[in-house]
Amino acid sequence: MTATISSRTRGIVLRALALTVLALAATFLLDSYRNYQLAVVAAVFCATAGLTLLVGLTGQLSLGHAVLMACGGYGYALAAGFAVEVDLSGMLRFALGIVGAVVVAGAVGGLLGLAGARLRGPYLAGLTLALVIALPAFTSQVPGLGGDQGRNVPFEPVPDWLAPVLFSTEQWHAWIAILVAAVAVTPLAVLRSGRAGLRMRAVHGDEVAARLAGISPGRVKSHAFVAGALSAGLGGAVLAIVTQNVSPGGYDLAFSLLLLVAVVVGGLGSIGGAAVGSVLVVLLPWLIDTLTTSVGLPADVEQRLSGNLVVLVFGALLILVTVVWPGGLSHAFAGRLGSLSARLRRRSDQHVPQSLTER
Amino acid sequence: MRTTHSTPRTLVRTVVAATGAVAVGLGLSACGGADEATPGVSEDTVTVGTHQPLTGPAAAGYSSISAATSAYFDYVNANGGVHGRTIEYLVKDDGYNPANTQTVVRELVQQDDVFAVLNGLGTPTHSSVLDFLNQNEVPDLFVSSGSTAWNDPESYPYTFGFNADYLVEGSALAQYASDEHPGEKVCMLGQDDDYGETLRAGAEIVLGADGLGAYETYETSNQDVTAQIGALQAAGCEVVMLATVNGFSALAVGTAAQMGFMPTWMASSAGGDYPTLVGFLGEDVAPQLLQGFVSVNYLPFSPDSEWVELFRQINEEYNDGASFDGNTVFGMGVGYAFTEALAKAGEDPTREALVEVLESGELVGNGIVPLTYSAENHAGYDAAGITLVDGGVQDFVGSTYRLEGETVTAVEPEQVALEGDGIPVE
Repeated sequence: MTATISSRTRGIVLRALALTVLALAATFLLDSYRNYQLAVVAAVFCATAGLTLLVGLTGQLSLGHAVLMACGGYGYALAAGFAVEVDLSGMLRFALGIVGAVVVAGAVGGLLGLAGARLRGPYLAGLTLALVIALPAFTSQVPGLGGDQGRNVPFEPVPDWLAPVLFSTEQWHAWIAILVAAVAVTPLAVLRSGRAGLRMRAVHGDEVAARLAGISPGRVKSHAFVAGALSAGLGGAVLAIVTQNVSPGGYDLAFSLLLLVAVVVGGLGSIGGAAVGSVLVVLLPWLIDTLTTSVGLPADVEQRLSGNLVVLVFGALLILVTVVWPGGLSHAFAGRLGSLSARLRRRSDQHVPQSLTER
Repeated sequence: MRTTHSTPRTLVRTVVAATGAVAVGLGLSACGGADEATPGVSEDTVTVGTHQPLTGPAAAGYSSISAATSAYFDYVNANGGVHGRTIEYLVKDDGYNPANTQTVVRELVQQDDVFAVLNGLGTPTHSSVLDFLNQNEVPDLFVSSGSTAWNDPESYPYTFGFNADYLVEGSALAQYASDEHPGEKVCMLGQDDDYGETLRAGAEIVLGADGLGAYETYETSNQDVTAQIGALQAAGCEVVMLATVNGFSALAVGTAAQMGFMPTWMASSAGGDYPTLVGFLGEDVAPQLLQGFVSVNYLPFSPDSEWVELFRQINEEYNDGASFDGNTVFGMGVGYAFTEALAKAGEDPTREALVEVLESGELVGNGIVPLTYSAENHAGYDAAGITLVDGGVQDFVGSTYRLEGETVTAVEPEQVALEGDGIPVE
């Protein structure tokens, strides 16, 4: 058993490494704006990967994942701001910022996890929902968070030793985002495929049975929450670096729900699905916006559609996907690719979760 | 990353693909930089962009600004444009949310290749793209906010403010209060951010560090100021300065009237536009509630000004006769100043030439005093004129104050005259 787990872990790490290199290389093919979008995709991917584990594997419905991202963003902003005050720069400032992000997001995630171990289904959803709604009030009341205006984040310029290789700041930020996402998501993938993943599935399947098998559901649930929170916090830190700002407006209820839509459309419990979902969340609004402007609608119609059409399309997509491919887009693709790869590999360990929410 | 396993073969393939991509990428990046054309300038067009709150909480007060600027550019284009080029104005909606501003401004610069960003609105929103615009050396002209952050030529050489900043406005209002209402207790209601803090700092230049009798703050997310107004009333304030946006100026005046509290109101220009306030308070009661309402302005706003007459015509013809208020004058004033800068930047404008024109101090604008840009100073207006509402008409009273360093002096207004048909030529 140990041998298979460690070989499995090695496989995941190698694949993550390969994907990271591939993504870093891809930044050379993209222009600045695409690189910016790629960085945002990577940041959102950090959050959706944690969320898909939380909802898909342990069945804990979090409507407030944006708050955990915001925690990471504020943690980064505060720690990096402190670093500037004590004259740190470069890697040290970045490292301190990331530590800040991880600490704040981990602490909030830990508290939420403790609550999550005691609350079921709709009650946990209600709690996390309340957090998102309370975020603007919280940031405006607590001094040092900058109210609605938010906090500015020190700019991360391209380091000198990389300047001859990279062609823009956006590309450098995309690199940061890809590397942080790799560090954030790979452990989740390892968790998911190892014993922890089994325990999570067991708890989701039947808590009493899990308990009889010697698994403590409360511990498994709260650990899953912390893991998801750390990853989301790193995503928030990346977003803060890329946009040089963190404000409550960027982490509102709509964004939080969009994250959930992303993991459901992508496929609950699947990290590949979370990646697909994060691409959709970032690119779909932009695609729709580009489309509506290129059609040449009257200005007032265009203004009315802006923002609203995206919500409509996401809603329609959610309904379509859950009706046609209940397992999400990743499983739909996996079905096609699966038969192909099975021929090459003669094995398939794809598992489609049958029930998607906590019973 | 599904839980499938890499076989050595797929891994090899991945690595080969990655190496190939890196090689192609390096090749591409080496070719970059060959493009010498100025972004946003073609044979017959100049494209500029802006971020504005067309939706969201600030839309009600400010969405008409960009429409007015567009209307002025349409007027210029209909009269032959500038050096044979028409001006295209791309307006992007950011909903007054810094997170959206980030995205739309990148879109403007990197996808739409704008020549310059013009009149981006809001302190929190524009702050979030300040570094980005300057790193990319995009001229960032006439920021639509009175924050003092835009005047920092060393850190932000491409950014230029426009509004008389809140220090100028705060000191002008306080000077007027001590000149015209000597011995009265002056207080302030401020927005709980830089806006309120800076206007307060401006007032305290004149009144002294503890010169304000009371200072109350509000949050834009809470539409109730009863507690704050009650505190000001209890403190016995006779003059209340407002560092508020239009909606909250109206809310403060209305709430105070309900409580029987009638101080002299003195609002910053961002929250003191009479036609907009009438829209909030209603035409039946507004003239009474706002009788004696003091505010500041630095753009021509007298009903009998020739500029106002011209702008009214343009508004009728190119803006579908939208309601004419301070935002309209502001939007068109911005359009005029940009057209002037573009005309002076020469036949083949470059971004450097545009910035040079502004730093040379040649730019005049159309305000009640000339614009004051120089290499060391990127703030637009350093003086503000006091306006007063009397019998439902808001007009200048003649008092104009200039802030130089820490001293406020009364100056004579030098309204820039309208020449020709209101389209600047070199």
